[in-house]
Amino acid sequence: MEEHSALLETPLCRWHEAHGGRMVDFAGWKMPVQYASIVDEHLATRQAAGMFDVSHMGRLSIEGPQSLVWLESLLTRRVTGIEPGRVRYTLIASTLPAAILDDALVSRDRDAPDGTPCMGLVVNASNRPRVVAWLRSQLPASGVRLTDHTSSTAMIAVQGPLAISVVGSLCSPGDAARIAALGNYSATSATVAGQPAAVSRTGYTGEDGVEIVVAAAVAEQVWNDIHTAGIPRGLRACGLGARDTLRLEAGMPLYGHELREESDPFAIGLGLAINLDGRSFPRSDIFAAEKAGQPARVRVGLEFDSKRSAREGNSVWDGQREVGIVTSGSFSPTLGKAVAMAMVDEKLAAVGTSLDVLIRDTRQAARVVPLPFYRRRKPTAQA
Amino acid sequence: MATDLKFAKSHEWLRPEAGGLVTVGISSYAVEALTDLVFMQLPAVGKKVKAGESIGEIESVKAVSDIYAPVSGEVVEVNTALPGHLETLGKDPYGDGWIVRIRPDNPQEADQLLNQAAYDALVAGQSH
Repeated sequence: MEEHSALLETPLCRWHEAHGGRMVDFAGWKMPVQYASIVDEHLATRQAAGMFDVSHMGRLSIEGPQSLVWLESLLTRRVTGIEPGRVRYTLIASTLPAAILDDALVSRDRDAPDGTPCMGLVVNASNRPRVVAWLRSQLPASGVRLTDHTSSTAMIAVQGPLAISVVGSLCSPGDAARIAALGNYSATSATVAGQPAAVSRTGYTGEDGVEIVVAAAVAEQVWNDIHTAGIPRGLRACGLGARDTLRLEAGMPLYGHELREESDPFAIGLGLAINLDGRSFPRSDIFAAEKAGQPARVRVGLEFDSKRSAREGNSVWDGQREVGIVTSGSFSPTLGKAVAMAMVDEKLAAVGTSLDVLIRDTRQAARVVPLPFYRRRKPTAQA
Repeated sequence: MATDLKFAKSHEWLRPEAGGLVTVGISSYAVEALTDLVFMQLPAVGKKVKAGESIGEIESVKAVSDIYAPVSGEVVEVNTALPGHLETLGKDPYGDGWIVRIRPDNPQEADQLLNQAAYDALVAGQSH
């Protein structure tokens, strides 16, 4: 279509198009929403493995002698305590009217040979321009170098019970063992499919897995090798449609939906992303007040007996009283029924509470259930 | 492929039946474009509908779509077996996947719909 001509493309765009990807505009990027069936892609990820092109996410590096101290002054999580090879979930708050600019993963890579710290930030595609602009506006005169690597690299998420094994099959025994031994929210460098890669035990599906960053020039080869190795074992390439249903089942907030510029993080269950202990950063005073207060509405999970899905923006009702709003909703392929996340009055947030959701002029009965909707079984000891 | 079918631009098909009734469904192109169908709502028998008015909804994992009446008239029968077996829409969209039967107010109204060749051309223009 014509309007696609101005969209950004990842290094894997041609692969997606050649393999039946239905390409849509997502945050200014031409991305596959699905190849064939969202449900099949979703279930493959739960049962075997799914691979996702997440190259549209922003990848930034922050290097230099002042980088730790500088990031510490800007992020809601502590940065100075992160050991090399560890990753943390954080919010990026600002003094701009937009307040909460994004949620992000901040990592500390191996220090440079001279001991200079190297930090990484992975941010949402939709927020990258304003996050980069905000960070640049806050840079000190010297001591910090901020670089945007989004277009020079690609990021491939491999998720699911077989993800580690599939990726490991494309590494040396030593690298495979190191990846398999990575704890959650840990990262390492490795050679994957013959290419230098940064591998982190992170993801957005509720499954075990890794996210792999490689140079853009080798992205298609690495992707193809993972795909070829995984297909016989049930792996599927997955689009953003399955990524969304997977993260919804996993109860993970999505920026722009559960988490917004003006959100109270404590009301949406993201209190752990805010470390206020003796710290000062943009909006920390407001976060402190929110932490001490009682939010009017809190995030809950809603489950329906019907397959008819609530969608973002649908209103939530208790009898004749409007008591909340749906932030994300879909049919859950794993549960076989519709589920949603919603912000509802704090007094009606108890598990088991019966509520109605107004879906296209019809009320649909729902009940509050614990989040996440889906929790993977912990892996049993492997031989 | 049956050639007595007429199509609306919104991807419903219509087939004239004996006794002046018309059968209505959605095209195989529409079923394929929707994918992952999970829910369907049918109109009540006896409902009076205007051409272009919603007579039901069909929901996929990604989105909800309306099903529009291709002609004005009265809904005289609905395929009650369909919502519980949405896979029928993919297997046999022009047969067992029928959705409603309508008694048209004006038997000539269906003449304004697209024939198979015109609809195929429309779809060919939309699929890239």
